[in-house]
Amino acid sequence: MSDNVKMINFMGGRRIAMFISIAMMVASVAVLAVKGLNFGLDFTGGTLIEVIYEESVPLEQVREELSAAGYESAIVVNFGSDTDVLVRMPQGMSPTLGEEVLAVLQAGTEAEVELRRIEFVGPQVGEELREQGGLAVLLALVVVLIYVAMRFQIKFSIGAVAALGHDVLITLGVFAVVGWDFDLTVLAAILAVIGYSLNDSIVVADRIRENLRKLRKHDAVEVVNISLTETLDRTLVTSGTTLLVLLALAFVGGEMIHSFALALLIGIGVGTYSSIYIVASLLVTMNISQDDLIVVEKEGAQIDDLP
Amino acid sequence: MLNKYPLWKNLLIIAVLGIGLLYAVPNLYRPDPALQVSGESSGVVIDQALMTRLSAALDAGGIEHFGEKANETGKSGLIRLYETDVQLRAQRIVQRTLGDGYVVALNLASNTPAWLSNLGAQAMKLGLDLSGGVHFLLEVDTDSAIATRLEHYSSGIKKKLREERIRGFVSLDDGIISGKFASAELRDTALGLIRKEFTELTGERLDSADGDDSFYLRAIIGEAKRKEIEDYAVSQNLTTLRNRVNELGVSEPLVQRQGRNRIVVELPGIQDTAEAKRILGKTANLDFRLEAKYDAPLSEREQFEFRNPGRGEPSAWLERDVVITGERVANAQASFDQNGMPQVNITLDSQGGTLMHRMTRHNINRRLGVLFIERKSRTHYERDVEGVERAVKVPYDEKKIISLATIKDALGVQFRITGLDAPGEAAELSLLLRAGALAAPIDFVEERTVGPSLGAENIEKGLNAVKIGLGMVALFMVVYYRVFGVIAVVALGANIILLTACMSLLGATLTLPGIAGIVLTVGMAVDANVLIFSRIREELRAGLSVQHAIEAGYGRAFVTIMDSNITTLLVAVILYAVGTGPVRGFAVTLSLGILTSMFTAIMGTRAIVNFVYGGRRINKLAI
Repeated sequence: MSDNVKMINFMGGRRIAMFISIAMMVASVAVLAVKGLNFGLDFTGGTLIEVIYEESVPLEQVREELSAAGYESAIVVNFGSDTDVLVRMPQGMSPTLGEEVLAVLQAGTEAEVELRRIEFVGPQVGEELREQGGLAVLLALVVVLIYVAMRFQIKFSIGAVAALGHDVLITLGVFAVVGWDFDLTVLAAILAVIGYSLNDSIVVADRIRENLRKLRKHDAVEVVNISLTETLDRTLVTSGTTLLVLLALAFVGGEMIHSFALALLIGIGVGTYSSIYIVASLLVTMNISQDDLIVVEKEGAQIDDLP
Repeated sequence: MLNKYPLWKNLLIIAVLGIGLLYAVPNLYRPDPALQVSGESSGVVIDQALMTRLSAALDAGGIEHFGEKANETGKSGLIRLYETDVQLRAQRIVQRTLGDGYVVALNLASNTPAWLSNLGAQAMKLGLDLSGGVHFLLEVDTDSAIATRLEHYSSGIKKKLREERIRGFVSLDDGIISGKFASAELRDTALGLIRKEFTELTGERLDSADGDDSFYLRAIIGEAKRKEIEDYAVSQNLTTLRNRVNELGVSEPLVQRQGRNRIVVELPGIQDTAEAKRILGKTANLDFRLEAKYDAPLSEREQFEFRNPGRGEPSAWLERDVVITGERVANAQASFDQNGMPQVNITLDSQGGTLMHRMTRHNINRRLGVLFIERKSRTHYERDVEGVERAVKVPYDEKKIISLATIKDALGVQFRITGLDAPGEAAELSLLLRAGALAAPIDFVEERTVGPSLGAENIEKGLNAVKIGLGMVALFMVVYYRVFGVIAVVALGANIILLTACMSLLGATLTLPGIAGIVLTVGMAVDANVLIFSRIREELRAGLSVQHAIEAGYGRAFVTIMDSNITTLLVAVILYAVGTGPVRGFAVTLSLGILTSMFTAIMGTRAIVNFVYGGRRINKLAI
């Protein structure tokens, strides 16, 4: 490989990028602390009834019917279309609530009211799901930290985990700001973001490691820049194709997985940026150098085949 | 540098794809909406003659149907329909023709050709969010099972101390049995007795407070025993719930333990959640009643039939007063007495024991009947104001005597029913006694009902997303990587076939999050190819010859692909281990997708690339 390698000076803007990332993370933490996530039924417990009317009904009328029947705390919204009505009740209600509400709604109109779904989650189940979710995210981060530290080196590990934390935090932050429902499927999406963003970070880290060993004449910043330039094509193509399918999910996949797709879209968008700027610039900040990779692993047999 | 795969590798790839195709194909055969007919009790025979009768009734009702067939066992029959919309109407007609005593369940009849099903190939099961139905999560109140058992021990200890003339005061408070005695000797004898007679309890001395001249002991249930009681309560409830779910007439119900004290019940196709909850949640359905005296007035007695007639008398008169109900039965076991005759040992809880003792001590030599109550429904048909015929289900309790035995002694917490004819009878009686009551109360802690239209819509939208996503990715890859793009798209198709095959083979359930997992896999599966192809491009730019560039591209990208996929797999495994329901469905498809994509994206594309470009001199690559 020749010395005049193509290189985009990514690291030149790393201070600005760092500043933006830190600002975004601080903002996310602040929003999460002040406003908090709009937890869905899965985590709060309660009852949710989705019905579809033959023709659209004014929500105000549905609210009045419910409140006349004694369900003052019911939250009534449209779901997807104006004939589709979602009724949410706070926790602490009885398990038979679903049928009762359906009966009230049916009584209030001439037209047929078709039941789409009833979900009831007991308060203790909601609490458990919340705990399990947090545990899953933490566990995933720790396992990743250990695996990357084993396969690469502790500096790479810190970089990768910092990028994951960054992506998760900002995705959560966006959910908090916009006030989208945070339910079990969104949690699954967050965990998928961890898996995906990791994928990206590892590809970049892998190339930095390879080039650190190969390009001994360049300093660390240059090596990182060269590696990022080399992987840029792949990073953009992969993110691009994944975003394509996610757009398909978000727009035609239906209401039930809409927020799942949204969470992934945000997470993967941020993840693409973080694999370039967080992992790499943290490595530069931690003064990554050839000396960090003393244990040289076998590079595979293909080296011998080179002309 | 030839870039040729050895024959065995090519054969392996073809074989894997062939097998994958074989097991994925059943998913293309759409199942027919169908009705499944079976008898409410095992005695009812479903034969071809009956099916012909039903067929005629459906013809008369103007419902098109086909393939009506009685099962060879004579226990069930199937009628296939052309449309899902008429399923409910057809069910009403068939139920009406059959009358009571039969269960008509909505079903989806598989259309997989026989030779495929013989190979074990089957379509994926659809989750409730796709097929419609009810999901319940029930929690068994194991604390109450333990409390019942403690009461039982506490009264047992009191009785034993009384018998041994050890004076003291025994009480049960907050899960601890404590004893108070006037002297240390009394206390120690009592403790010895408890340790000898009640081995499940852990007893110990307690120090007296200053100025207190009483002596104390306490006994608690050991941890192992506590767990055993909990397990027993959960598995007992599981059995009872299975029996009750069968009453509901659902074609493929799922009743499964989840975690320490929870039970999942999934009923596909059920809409009437209120009825389902009522049947699942009911508690007692056993009555213990004394046989009525001949001279008792009619207002005080009732006549019941025997559940198993053929013992001389077809029916008997019992008192209207109930001694105790099945809720008080803590356990029932079939065994043999000292003469080798079958008997059933019954254990009641302490309150039941007291009631039983009070009633029986004055009624020795009279007979005690056990009445088994089953909730059934009779259907009749009426026309509403618009002249539309509606089926009206009127529930009623069917009460039959399962045992009528002479009281030989005053009965207490533990007693037995003897005079049974065969061990089989004892086993059945004990089963009925146990099934009659839940071992511990259950609570509904989660419910999810999905209507059938929402399910159908979820499938349609999910599949559309897969198609559109796949189409866009394919288009992009072909434009960007040309011939190699085509190869990647072929591999992507193979990946979806393999993923479908794996899921069908493992009996995984397809859910909406599962479909999302497949969509995401599509996005990630191309990643491996993108890595390889961009590497090949780089190597070409660096001046390597075509064959060397292909070799180096695959070789170098491999390590990266492994690292990134293994970490993602780790995350998927964590998702599966920690998550429940929807999260698990997603984790399963994601991890299977990663595994199959490694095979198709690395080995699969390499085989094609080698086939197209390998073994000859090429100056330019279309990449």
